[in-house]
Amino acid sequence: MSATVDVLAVLKEKFPSATPRPSLDLPAVNLPVGDVPAALKFLRDEQGFDFLVDLTAIDWAEGVAPRFTVVYHLLSTVRHDYIRVATDCPSDESPAVASVVSLWAGANWHEREVYDMFGITFTGHPDLRRILMWDGYPYFPLRKEFPLAGIDTPLPDAEIMAETGARVIAAPMAGGPFVAAPGEINLTEAEPRAKDESWNERRAKPDA
Amino acid sequence: MVTTNTEIAYNSKIEGEVIVSRMDSVINWIRTNSMWPMPMGLACCAIELMGTASSRFDIARFGAEVMRFSPRQSDCMIVAGTVTYKMASAVRRIYDQMAEPKWVIAMGACASSGGMYRSYATLQGVDRIVPVDVYISGCPPRPEALLDALMKLQAKVRLERSATNLRRA
Repeated sequence: MSATVDVLAVLKEKFPSATPRPSLDLPAVNLPVGDVPAALKFLRDEQGFDFLVDLTAIDWAEGVAPRFTVVYHLLSTVRHDYIRVATDCPSDESPAVASVVSLWAGANWHEREVYDMFGITFTGHPDLRRILMWDGYPYFPLRKEFPLAGIDTPLPDAEIMAETGARVIAAPMAGGPFVAAPGEINLTEAEPRAKDESWNERRAKPDA
Repeated sequence: MVTTNTEIAYNSKIEGEVIVSRMDSVINWIRTNSMWPMPMGLACCAIELMGTASSRFDIARFGAEVMRFSPRQSDCMIVAGTVTYKMASAVRRIYDQMAEPKWVIAMGACASSGGMYRSYATLQGVDRIVPVDVYISGCPPRPEALLDALMKLQAKVRLERSATNLRRA
């Protein structure tokens, strides 16, 4: 751990804006959005954190400011140590941070996924398209206000929608979420099923 | 019943190389015993589909061992796995490219109803975009269940009015 403490101290010296971030596992640091590319480049080139393990984001819910936080997990294959770097997006309406694809090519798809799920744009990204949902999908599914079941929208293919009459529907939850019973010896009983089967698509949910 | 005929099966010398049957049963007999699947393997059910095709379960016993990855050459689409909305268009397009007559087996909970994926990304049952003939329960179903579904589909095809349908088409 001593080596890691050194990293935080060195980082703090180099970037005085860095603040310690509460963490139960890895050493972590908060940085203002403007310092992130320079700090990550510093960590990669001078501190040996050569591997971007993960790049993800947090939505702290509507009304919270700042609303979006982007998180980078770095691993040093030289000193066998992790570090977590987090940065708050300054805008809640159109959150944006600088892309780090120029530092790690592997950041490309991670940033596309974060853009797809949270609507955070990465400035300077070479090809910022959706990666999981289809092009033209109007929502960002991992934002807090988006329901798990989804929202009624047209199918991605207009021709197929005209042919079949199918749409993207809000999934019927019917007592869900649907979970398997772990540790069940009887496999029929262990099949994934709704916790509350007193209501379904045809029978309305009884008033609580 | 007393009869002088001791032949118990088809004898070409007596029958004169002629078998009398109905068009329907001849056509259906051909169709049921060479039903080539279009393996629409989208998730873990596809592993069971592969197991069904392999030697232990041997789907060849039912004439359905020729997995065709071209929709033009296949008769029965086996939708094995979770169909996302993004994939749904492709599934429907491949179904449209299959030549008539064609059938669909929805294999497993996900293909039948969306299964445990009650989410924004998953099609809630493949029967919303293609007509399904046989549904299989299970997550994933065992190979025996797939064989059972295939036999049920064959039983269904045997009852079809194929000759009448041909004339109509």
